[in-house]
Parts: sequence; structure tokens; C-alpha cells
Amino acid sequence: MPLLIVSAKAEEVTVKIDNFVFSPQILTIKAGTKVTWVNDDDIPHTVASTTQGLRSKALDTGDSFTFTFTTPGTYKYFCGLHPHMTGSIVVEGATGSNAPQ
Amino acid sequence: MTLQDDGPSRRKVLECMTWAGTGVLWTVAGGVPASLGLIDEAVAQQAKGFTFLQISDSHMGFDKPANPNVKSTLEEAIARVRAVPGSPAFMIHTGDISHLSKPSEFDDADKIISQAKLDVHYVPGEHDLIDEDRGKLYRERYGRGTKGDGYYSFDANGVHFVGLVNVVDLKGGGLGNLGAEQLAWLESDLRGRSASQPVVVFAHIPLWTVYPEWGWGTDDGGQALGYLKRFGSVTVLNGHIHQVMQKVEGNVTFHTARSTAFPQPAPGTAPSPGPMKVADDKLRTLLGTADITFKQNEQRLAIVDTPLKA
Repeated sequence: MPLLIVSAKAEEVTVKIDNFVFSPQILTIKAGTKVTWVNDDDIPHTVASTTQGLRSKALDTGDSFTFTFTTPGTYKYFCGLHPHMTGSIVVEGATGSNAPQ
Repeated sequence: MTLQDDGPSRRKVLECMTWAGTGVLWTVAGGVPASLGLIDEAVAQQAKGFTFLQISDSHMGFDKPANPNVKSTLEEAIARVRAVPGSPAFMIHTGDISHLSKPSEFDDADKIISQAKLDVHYVPGEHDLIDEDRGKLYRERYGRGTKGDGYYSFDANGVHFVGLVNVVDLKGGGLGNLGAEQLAWLESDLRGRSASQPVVVFAHIPLWTVYPEWGWGTDDGGQALGYLKRFGSVTVLNGHIHQVMQKVEGNVTFHTARSTAFPQPAPGTAPSPGPMKVADDKLRTLLGTADITFKQNEQRLAIVDTPLKA
């Protein structure tokens, strides 16, 4: 399965939910980046995970959910209503050797 | 594939005869519930058996192009229910009563569905448990006397009915989920029951794998079906996929009902399982109800799916 990998430089990034897919499905960001999920489907979705706080309420059409990733690591998430929809956020430390802890 | 390979054992057949009185047609061949696609008044008129109805996926509150008026299509479905000849014993609703679990959506559903003047046995869909308290509203309204997130069983006319919840605690990358606690309850609920007693199991998401790519199946559904294997007649009724689909496997007949709100595409025929916009004059041919009859003297279990418009 081809996965779209986007390396984002901006501090705010959007993940679109469209046709029951999180897009990009794998998103690589720097620590401190604010990620906003926007539901473009005619059906509600959620962002769910085992990570504290990374869990949205039901997002109806046009609703969004924002989460700021401060700690490097890989964050897997899924739609709590349609769990076959999955995605992950890869958070890299800041450039250079003095990455935040 | 021959009937001998797939069909019930002679012992099971005989057990079913005990319940049915004579003949065994339905367990071998006639046991395939007929999905006629449109109401057959003649069949319905002659249905002298024990009859109940299934409606599903009302999605009160949905207002997108696929059907901007889900209240009126539910009203039409209930009008059809009222017109069913004979006296259906009750109605089963296989979930997604509401679109967003809002009190006003449940109110609208209750107002319309109560017009059928029948007892209604509900199980929740995933859309019914997305209030702030994850299902509190559903459990307050529909969960009285149920266990866990709303599962239960009851007997009617010699048939054992089991309502299951497979839309809670879903796992990333997975399908529908019953969970260990509910499975343990199901096993004990069925223990000691005569294998000749017909069993009807109903849940929102299909208990068998219809199309995993769209999440249309239940991860631990196989375990539940394992507990049901010894029964001579098992009927599994689901919703969720907004279209009629049917499968017979051994003694188990699987059936999904139409939605009263909007159609969804056949597996793999669209980029996603989202609401399917069809021509206005076609919409009502894709929405409807199901009418299930146990004909005790003819050994036929018939499921008649009725679209709102032929």
C-alpha cells in the first residue's frame, strides 16, 4: 500500500479526512507543530488514540480538531467510529543537537 | 458444494422438526430465507406464522444531499410497517437511530417510530454513542434492563432473541468488536438451551465479514458464531451497510437490512462507503424495512425486504 509521506516545515499542518481516509496518512512534523484534522466527509469521524489528549469528539462535516505535538515520537491514531481508518504522526526533534526533551 | 457438505446433520434436522412440527424444508433448502426485494402482498397475507419486523439506520439528523429529509423517509417506512397485514409481534431496530447522538435526534426517532404502535427492541450503532459521555444518552433511553453497553436477550414465541453491541471500544485497524465480557455473557446465555430452539441474533455491524476494507465485519464475530453452531436454526440480522446482503452458512442465515435514511454503495464500487447520492426518483427504491416470518407449519423462515417504493 503506497503511503504518502509529507515532511512539513510549517508549524501548523492540516490533515484532511476525506472518503474515509486520513490524508496524509503518515505525517512527519517537527516538535511543537500544531496539527488540525478537518472532516470533509458527509459522515462523522473521530480522531482516537491511546495518547493522552489525542482524542476528538465526533467531528461532523466541516468540524475540526487540533492537537499540538510537543514530544518526539510516532503517534498512531484511528477513527473511533470506523477503526479501519488509521494514520500516524511522526514527530521529530528540533533540528540540531539541542532537541527539546 | 452439496447440501450434505454444508447442511445440518440429520440429528439437527430432527431437532428442528421437533420445534417445527413437520418437515424440514427450511433447514436444508427452504431454510434459505427468501429476500424478495419487494413486498409480496400475497406472501404477507398468507403469513400465519410468528412475524416481526426489522428497521435500521434511521440516522435522524442527517441532512446531506444523499437524503436531506430522513424524517420523511422514516415516516414512510413506519407507514409501511403499519400496513403489514397480520400482527407483527414487535420490531427490532439494528442501530444508528440518530446521526450524532443528539437528544433532539433521538426525540424525532421516538416520535416517528412510536407511530408503529409496536414494542421496539434496539441495539446501538456507532452513531448512537457519540455524545460527550459516550453512550449515556442511548443507555438512558434504550438500555434499561440491558447489560454492559446495551446487550440482552429475550424469548418470544419459542424463539430466542439476542441483541448484541459490536460498536464499542473499537481498536485501531480493526472492525466491529464484541469484547470478552459480552462474549462470556453470550456463552452463558446460550448454555443449556435446546439446540432445537431457533435463535435470532441482531447487532448493528455485520457479524460476518462482508468487506473488511470498509470495516464491514466484526473481529470477534466468529467466536460468537461458534457458540451458535450447535443450534439448528440461527438467523443473524444486521444493519450498518445500508443495503440488503444475505448469506447462508450451514445452519446460519445472515441478513442485512436497508437503511431508512440513505443508501451506501456496494462493496468496492466507490472510493468509500460514504452516503450514496442517487437520482431523487430512485432513492426510495433503496430504502426500506424487513419483515421476518417464522411459519411454523410450513417450516419456512421468510425475510421479506420492503423498499419504500418498488
